[in-house]
Amino acid sequence: MLNKYPLWKNLLIIIVLAFAIIYSIPNLYPPDAAIQVTPSQAGAELSEHTLDKIRGSFKQNDVEFFGEEVSGGTVLYRLTDSEQQLPAKDKLQRLLGDDFVVALNRAPTTPQWLLDMGAGPMTLGLDLSGGVHFLMEVDMEGYMKGQMKNYQAEVKRQLREEKIKYRRVTIEENSLRVSFKSEELQDKGDKFLRRSMTDFRANTETNETFDVIIALTEQKVKDLQNYAVKQNLTTIRNRVNELGVAEPLVQRQGANRIVVQLPGVQDTATAKKVLGKAANLSFRLEAEPDASRYSNEEYSFRSNEFRTARVEKKEIISGDRVTNAQPSFDENGQPQVNISLDSTGSNIMAKVTRKSIKRRMAVLFIEQKPSTKYVMEDGKEVAVTKYTETRGIISLATIQSQLGSSFRITGLEPAEASELALLLRAGALAAPMYFVEERTVGPSLGKDNIEQGVTSVLVGLALVLFFMLVFYRVFGFYANIALFFNLVILIALMSLIGATLTLPGIAGIVLTVGMAVDANVLIFSRIREEMNAGRSPQHAIHEGYNRAFVTIFDANITTLIVAVILFAVGTGPVKGFAVTLSLGIITSMFTAIVLTRALVNATYGGRRVDTLSIGGINKRDGSESELVEGEAK
Amino acid sequence: MAKELNFDFMKLRNVAMIFSAVLLIISIASLATKGLSLGLDFTGGTLLEVSYQQPADIQAIRSQLESSGFEDSTVQNFGSETEVLIRMSEAFRDTLGAEVLEVLRNGTVSNGEAANAVELRRSEFVGSQVGEELRDQGGLALLMALFVVMLYVAFRFQFKFSVGAVFALFHDVVIILGLFSLFQWDFDLTVFAALLAVIGYSLNDTIVVADRIRENFRIIRKGDALEVINVSLNQTLGRTIMTSLTTALVLVALMFLGGELIHNFALGLFIGVIVGTYSSIYVAANILILMNISREDLIPAELEEELDDRP
Repeated sequence: MLNKYPLWKNLLIIIVLAFAIIYSIPNLYPPDAAIQVTPSQAGAELSEHTLDKIRGSFKQNDVEFFGEEVSGGTVLYRLTDSEQQLPAKDKLQRLLGDDFVVALNRAPTTPQWLLDMGAGPMTLGLDLSGGVHFLMEVDMEGYMKGQMKNYQAEVKRQLREEKIKYRRVTIEENSLRVSFKSEELQDKGDKFLRRSMTDFRANTETNETFDVIIALTEQKVKDLQNYAVKQNLTTIRNRVNELGVAEPLVQRQGANRIVVQLPGVQDTATAKKVLGKAANLSFRLEAEPDASRYSNEEYSFRSNEFRTARVEKKEIISGDRVTNAQPSFDENGQPQVNISLDSTGSNIMAKVTRKSIKRRMAVLFIEQKPSTKYVMEDGKEVAVTKYTETRGIISLATIQSQLGSSFRITGLEPAEASELALLLRAGALAAPMYFVEERTVGPSLGKDNIEQGVTSVLVGLALVLFFMLVFYRVFGFYANIALFFNLVILIALMSLIGATLTLPGIAGIVLTVGMAVDANVLIFSRIREEMNAGRSPQHAIHEGYNRAFVTIFDANITTLIVAVILFAVGTGPVKGFAVTLSLGIITSMFTAIVLTRALVNATYGGRRVDTLSIGGINKRDGSESELVEGEAK
Repeated sequence: MAKELNFDFMKLRNVAMIFSAVLLIISIASLATKGLSLGLDFTGGTLLEVSYQQPADIQAIRSQLESSGFEDSTVQNFGSETEVLIRMSEAFRDTLGAEVLEVLRNGTVSNGEAANAVELRRSEFVGSQVGEELRDQGGLALLMALFVVMLYVAFRFQFKFSVGAVFALFHDVVIILGLFSLFQWDFDLTVFAALLAVIGYSLNDTIVVADRIRENFRIIRKGDALEVINVSLNQTLGRTIMTSLTTALVLVALMFLGGELIHNFALGLFIGVIVGTYSSIYVAANILILMNISREDLIPAELEEELDDRP
């Protein structure tokens, strides 16, 4: 029994530890308090003039900053004194007005060489950073009702076109009942509907009337609902971006929910207004030159305030009818935007445009814009935010032919095309949504949570380290080294996979610390036993590790199973706990078994050893002699 | 742990059985009559946490809220004297936090100056539907965890072990729930996570013991099941105590230093560690005896394996 690790194994351990150290280091750099300024209009730019204004404001208020970073249309200033962050933000917001969003931020200070290696700090959960959390639910019932209405209109239109006379079309949950007068018509309708309505399954039913019932296929229902959630997700994401929050999180949760987390935001009212705001579109014809002034209105263009056009007051369709808008290129390679409408929309569009060829059609973009006023209240200045509706033309194009369910806008610049498509899509939510959960964590609470979390990890760790040292001497020292590296590897892994650290996550780490030593305790007790049974130290080490392994493996696998279930079922904070727990179990297997073995091998392996510094070894023969006999040695 | 231990655990097994039975009965009775004091996560509703600069007067806050139209609010201290938790039956509004804060601020103003400044720490609103779903999912997860674990143990060990293990887990879970019900501690999502973690932890313990029992059945030719189990328990006792001790230590640190938000989480786990250690000795092992575990239950071809094992 030599207890030597081959060179490659030692090297492998060193490489793993080196990696872990590098990728956990970014968490040691505390972030700078920073202020971020973003133009509130998407696509608008920060001019040198604005930057001068911002710098001037800082200077005037004695706010010291360093590092002005302009990227992707936003600018970030790191402040020397974090106490100045809040007042500086308020002053700056006032100066810049509603054209810019000024947000608090925590800028990472990870050195460049670490960033180059893809290393970065863990993101903090809301309970640690402070902020607001929303859970929104897509109103599927309402959405499906709307969809069925569209289908109803579509069926009516098609039957009329085919000249198949029907009595009525009624909606029954996810199916349509089409009633006919005679069996003959029913038969005709059935055949036609089977052919034309491919998303449905048709059945006939004859009671008082001759009915054809077409029901949406389950697959189609699923697809529709999926589309609704995805579309809402995109829209919400766009709206959140307008808030100018650093590192917002917008995620789908389950079948029909969307989570929105805005770190650093305290004003829920504003956040909710922006999330719930209805940007909308209005398609209208350009007013005829000789039309009465009362029938039309003048609007300026969204991209150019000085260019205006007169459009009719009467709306052709609104943005709800737009099902898709994509930028693409026409046959000559010119940029264009393809627009698809739902059935009701395309009917109306066809009717109106048939009579209006060669006239121009405008698309109005309607949005709720915040404007902030400062009023004196009880001797204090309070910011009051009001929302006003603004309308601007985003497209004015000549109608070349009758338009139907899909048409295109041509003659655009490439950038213009993608911007227009975005605006057309960003319009309305595909389905109505409502808030089912809302949490706000104040910044002071977040700060306390971090402090308490870190303190409990440190105290717990210190207690465990102390006990291990007392009970297992040198071996305990090795276990402590393993425990330390277990934490390092765990943090490195979490940073690497971009896991979010939450308070329950910290609890998971603390628990891991307590449980990780279990593997070492198992091994060391086994070594003690083997020594007491009269084996040589080398033999005892070998046997101790070997025999304990199976037990450790079984015990950890079952805990891992539970952690995985926890992850699958849990949401938010529970998930955080499950992640740290399962990662901790895996890393502890490595450090407690492989790393301590390497250390033990390095000190005791390959030479004659008379005794082990592991504590609790009997000098005399123990009562275990019976067991040794039983083993038929 | 320096000396070989030879404690006759199984002598006390009947006492332990009665003890466990009493604990289980109390727990189930309490759960049936009092139920759990479910947290916001599970019930849905609105909650505000406010922080005062000086110790808060709960009674005064209660009357301030009541006189301002916020009836049916429960007001309690949260962790420290300055922190106050307000649970409201009020439907959630965006401005609710600000409204309540306004009421509380007015209440603490004397002579035009704030006597005790108050600050909003957090506000939470959970829809009742979300809470309901969470309850269903949670129960399902618990059952699933127990079932999967039973399968694994049956596969790795033997059916009788898996019955013992699962019964021990059931025992632990019911007792923790029972204590939370008896003392009406808040049972929120984090405590639920603790409950599942306890399943993992307690199982860990049970498996270590079971592993030893299996091994000793192969090694020790003399002695009946009772004796083998006793020897195995003694052999693993040092490890059991050490691990429980270190885990309990960090949990105590978490309980007292980790802050109020995870206090109950740590508490649940702490109880779980103690009950779990006890149950792996007395519940899991006891069931093995009750089910007449014998050498034959564990790998009949033990002789050959012994020979193969030789180094």
